Amino acid sequence: MTKTLLLGQAPRGFIGRIRSIDVAACSSVLAPTELESRLIEMGFVEDARVEILHEGMFGRDPIAVRVNNATVAIRRREAMAIIVD
Amino acid sequence: MTTSLNLTLVGTPNSGKTALFNALTGSRQRSANYPGVTVERKSGAFVTPAGRSVAIVDLPGTYSLRGRSPDEEITREVVLGGIRNEAVPDCIVCVADATNLRLSVRLVLELKRVGRPMLLVLNMIDLARHRGIKIELDRLATELGIPVTTSVSVRKGGTADLLQHLDTFDPAGEVTASTWKPLSTHELRALQRDADRIIADAVTPPSKPDNLTTRIDSVVLQPASGLLILLAILFVMFQAVFSWAQPLMELLSSSFAWLGQLVHAMLPDGLLQSFVQNGVISGVGSVVVFLPQIVILFFFILMLEDFGYMARAAFLMDRIMGGAGLHGRAFIPLLSSFACAIPGIMAARVIDNRRDRLTTILIAPLMTCSARIPVYTLIISAFVPQREVFGWINLQGLVMFGLYAAGITSALAVSFVVKFVLGRDYEPSPFMMELPDYKLPRPKSIALGIYMRAKAFLYRAGTTIFSMMVLIWFLASFPQPPAGAQDPAINYSLAAIIGHAIEPALAPLGFNWQIAVALIPGMAAREVAVAALGTVYAIEGGKEAADRIGEVLASNWSFATAISLLVWYIFAPQCASTLAVIRRETGSWKWMAVTFGYMLALAYAASFLAYNIVRALGAG
Repeated sequence: MTKTLLLGQAPRGFIGRIRSIDVAACSSVLAPTELESRLIEMGFVEDARVEILHEGMFGRDPIAVRVNNATVAIRRREAMAIIVD
Repeated sequence: MTTSLNLTLVGTPNSGKTALFNALTGSRQRSANYPGVTVERKSGAFVTPAGRSVAIVDLPGTYSLRGRSPDEEITREVVLGGIRNEAVPDCIVCVADATNLRLSVRLVLELKRVGRPMLLVLNMIDLARHRGIKIELDRLATELGIPVTTSVSVRKGGTADLLQHLDTFDPAGEVTASTWKPLSTHELRALQRDADRIIADAVTPPSKPDNLTTRIDSVVLQPASGLLILLAILFVMFQAVFSWAQPLMELLSSSFAWLGQLVHAMLPDGLLQSFVQNGVISGVGSVVVFLPQIVILFFFILMLEDFGYMARAAFLMDRIMGGAGLHGRAFIPLLSSFACAIPGIMAARVIDNRRDRLTTILIAPLMTCSARIPVYTLIISAFVPQREVFGWINLQGLVMFGLYAAGITSALAVSFVVKFVLGRDYEPSPFMMELPDYKLPRPKSIALGIYMRAKAFLYRAGTTIFSMMVLIWFLASFPQPPAGAQDPAINYSLAAIIGHAIEPALAPLGFNWQIAVALIPGMAAREVAVAALGTVYAIEGGKEAADRIGEVLASNWSFATAISLLVWYIFAPQCASTLAVIRRETGSWKWMAVTFGYMLALAYAASFLAYNIVRALGAG
């Protein structure tokens, strides 16, 4: 079994697959179901390939993530809900 | 085959939905609001080659029917047929970006539950083919259970397949009861898995992925170079607005002057001559002159949006704007506010958190809107010498840039204050948006966008501004001076009486009564102040002055007064339409009053400071 980590903690250049979405691990202002729905709507579902392409200048936030063949900008705070390996 | 059709365009953001809508309807489109809400309703009409007339509605972009913002709620209600007086669509046309089908196919699967006839349009199919993406249309149609067609909204004839499809479409087709209800996260996941499976079956990805977007992004999104590029783009944009427009503006301005002379020669001396020449021609002319600048500004904004850069700008600015208590998404409404605060404030609807949205609305009027350009241009060209600094930078352009920068800085400062007033334990709402692949902007779509906006500007010049000009001319011309009066006629007019009445309040800012008069009609639209100054001075100084308002100002105002008025206009609280939109969008008089109050206070304080500082420096 490979080691898992949170997408919100991964460095630039990280490439992996989404293991699961766990909104409990994330301190977003959104209600957990709402956050989970939005993540799925942006394409963050189990088994999708993710790669962190870019990060912002301040606090390395937000991050630009390649999800399969589309790019999505997301803050690290919300990316904490995405468990990858 | 002659029955008419009602279509609804649905699609995810960035699917090229609006470009397709433009390609289908051309200029036969209009926008209004849905009753009771502030969501824009874009509708249009066209006729298919076989002669079938089609009415089409372009719905706001959405990822699902969940309805988390007013825009998305409207999309849901229209699709479900739940809006009064709105025709239930005969067919839901779902638009998808052929190069990026994943999220669109999931939306199609959700839309199918509504039970209405559907059609999937794979837009930008040429781009997909060019990249080597192979899509088996028949297979996709079979798996989805709906017809699939393609389009290239960029090219002439690119909608032929779609039109042909519409010709053979039978509106009396299958309608089943809607089984749609809000999806649980479990169902959403299942739908996305289905979508991914269907795509894996019907779409072959290119053997060699296209990495142009990735290569551009490695420079544009790299933090340091990215911010420099963003600044450079904004700088070029404002230099262009100022210098490219110049020759055209001079042409327009001399045409209006020529027209004025013609009328002067044709009509007998008297009130009618004065009304047509000074009231109508020089009044409306002095506003229409700014059309080239507005066109250039919208050209840049539409180009950047179509190119796919706007989302990148939001990404780069998110953290910086977050420091001032703003959401990254606020960047787009705020950038639109450079054209006009009204579409900017309306665009703030994309921000779903109420507090973030309110902050954006409050500061949007501080962005230098195009209506301020006439005022800035007039004063700058009268008081700032036309020369180069550091060899290549136009000094007048530099001052213009400074004024824009001052607007942005004060907006960020106000937002920062709001953040502390409304509570410091505030958590920012999430920033999540797609960064679409770069695409070459479609000239036709850009041209149409500019055309619609220029039309709106000229319409305003022809209605609101025209009626204000007539009012100003009336105030400046009546009552007529007594027989044998020595002073210029305007000194006896109503305008002078009003101006003199307000003057004491504005005197600490260095404003004379002529400026006080011009600020009153500026309430209707800021740019009217220029025309009003023109009218006030034209009537005072005779016909030659109308051609050279700038020169007249330079000889009538001190440098300190000019600077003070420029600074006043950075804040310029007086725009009745902006205030009306704020009331409508926030649903409260309170926020309208707050906006007016804080901007007036800032304008007064800053002008007072600027006037006195410039005088203390000896340039009074």
